[in-house]
Amino acid sequence: MTNEALDVLIDCRNVWKIFGERSDEAIKAIRERGAGKREVLRDYNCVVGVSDASFQIRKGEIFCIMGLSGSGKSTLVRLLNRLIEPSMGKVEVKGRDIAQMGPKDLRALRAHEIGMVFQSVALIPGRTVLDNAAFGLEVQGVAKAERHKIASDALARVGLADWANHMPRQLSGGMQQRVGLARAIASDPEIILMDEPFSALDPLIRKQLQDEFRELTKSLGKSAVFITHDLDEAMRIGDRIAIMKDGIMIQQGTAEDIVLHPADAYVAEFVAGISRLHLVKAHSLMAPVSEVPGDVLARLPRTSPEADVQALIDLVLSTPDQAVAVEDAGTCIGVVTARTLLEGIRGEEHAAATIEVVA
Amino acid sequence: MAATTPLFSPGASIAQAIEWLNIHAHTFFAMIGWAVETVLGAAEQLLLWPAPWLLLAAVVLVALLVYGVRYGALAAASLGLCLASGLWKEAMQTIALVSVSVTVSVLIAFPMGIWAARKPRAEAVLRPVLDIMQTVPPWVYLIPAVMIFSLGKVPALIATVVYGIPPMLRITTLAFKEVPRELIELGQASGAGFWQVLGKLEIPAARKTLLVGLNQTILLSLAMVVLAGLVGAGGLGAEVTRGLTRMEMGLGLRAGLSIVAVAILLDRLSRRALG
Repeated sequence: MTNEALDVLIDCRNVWKIFGERSDEAIKAIRERGAGKREVLRDYNCVVGVSDASFQIRKGEIFCIMGLSGSGKSTLVRLLNRLIEPSMGKVEVKGRDIAQMGPKDLRALRAHEIGMVFQSVALIPGRTVLDNAAFGLEVQGVAKAERHKIASDALARVGLADWANHMPRQLSGGMQQRVGLARAIASDPEIILMDEPFSALDPLIRKQLQDEFRELTKSLGKSAVFITHDLDEAMRIGDRIAIMKDGIMIQQGTAEDIVLHPADAYVAEFVAGISRLHLVKAHSLMAPVSEVPGDVLARLPRTSPEADVQALIDLVLSTPDQAVAVEDAGTCIGVVTARTLLEGIRGEEHAAATIEVVA
Repeated sequence: MAATTPLFSPGASIAQAIEWLNIHAHTFFAMIGWAVETVLGAAEQLLLWPAPWLLLAAVVLVALLVYGVRYGALAAASLGLCLASGLWKEAMQTIALVSVSVTVSVLIAFPMGIWAARKPRAEAVLRPVLDIMQTVPPWVYLIPAVMIFSLGKVPALIATVVYGIPPMLRITTLAFKEVPRELIELGQASGAGFWQVLGKLEIPAARKTLLVGLNQTILLSLAMVVLAGLVGAGGLGAEVTRGLTRMEMGLGLRAGLSIVAVAILLDRLSRRALG
């Protein structure tokens, strides 16, 4: 339990952000009589940016926050390094309440613990790629030779070693965003905040950068909060995903959780178009072992609970029994048959809907 | 027939206010006058200290070596014209006045412009003031300046400084408002303090627009300095005034062309040097 608590890097508890001149009164109304978003807008002319968000970012995890524009996701990510002050609630980074930090501690936190990458990249015009990548270190007062060395290494990490002395405008959009990433990792922060970094890129480059980003983050052992409006992107990158709508975090969970058990109709509509082939795993599809006779079970091919639908289809098709046994630590915990596979691909809500129609 | 008293006459109260200031803040104005005369005198002496041909050759050489043949030729032609017109001393006086007043204008307008870019309310208050300042005919600035500092270079410089503030302030505000928000956020998110964000991110990003403002301020200040020949500021403006009052076409033309030459030189060189 203690160990687990130590692993929490960012702990966000009941955080609210309300924009507007009369936000103080609005907060009071929310606190005292539980006023809602509509009331706040009507009575106080204030906009609720983030409403009662609670979540934790653990060490080594990539946490994706997905929402459409205006959902409050960009506000939320800026609350994590106090670029925006929360109206209510608490944000703790490595156990320290960031609202209580003085300017000096806050600057140190931003310089050493939390890096940030922006949608527009925000490269500094008139500086070379190398000097851009070294910006964070320059702010920290690292000597020139030292920061150039670290920045060169960071650029090499993102595959831009040969571009160090070019100017930002000579680089393509994808390369510029790599510089942004190199700049963030050069300061060696434990947490990287990514604010829709790949949204402006074309689909192919985007996919490539998503994979590279995930690989890089994992190999460096960093944690990341990744903001996106693209559910595919969130599913591709995130270990866990939160879905936001109108400032409210409506669901948090793994990609599989969200696809299999959407919290409401809004999420269900979103995930309807998502391919389940790589998201749904054997452990959520399998039927009890009793579904097949013992002698058949014995000769079935084996697979792990983490095998995805794509792999299961291949396995099921490869045997005359059209089934595969799921094995965990040497014991058979279930079977996946052609039937369970089809049900899994179709999804639960569809099943429910069909049954309703039949009834 | 007696002149009718106008219904609206802000000048009446302003004149009274200035009179009051003249009596009660005399030491203050005397100190400003002394400071202006000292700085201006030093600038003039610096420009008039070397022999004209020597300074001309030096400027041409530097322009040639640093900015190339075109700028060398430009410097030679414009300064050569002033020298050949027999108005070298006057031209140097004018350049000294412009340099000092632009420096002071920028020192005042730049921080105010940054302030206005950050505080929408400050900008809302400043905007109508700037509008008025920029529409009032420049001659009008000379009146209160002369009332306080009497005739000479001091009121000319004060009026020019005041006249040069609005364009620089306005463009500074614009330049800083144009800096992308994410660039400032980058600075803050990297742990940079106010001065680091300003110096490393905002000023470099605003640079191009700021230079346009500086260029505008230089040219408008030159126009004002010439106009201030009317109140005894000396320099090329005084020669134009003399030409006008005595109907001396030759003098007026020589002085006028020298002003054009100085304007072109200051404009092109400042643009090239800073841009």
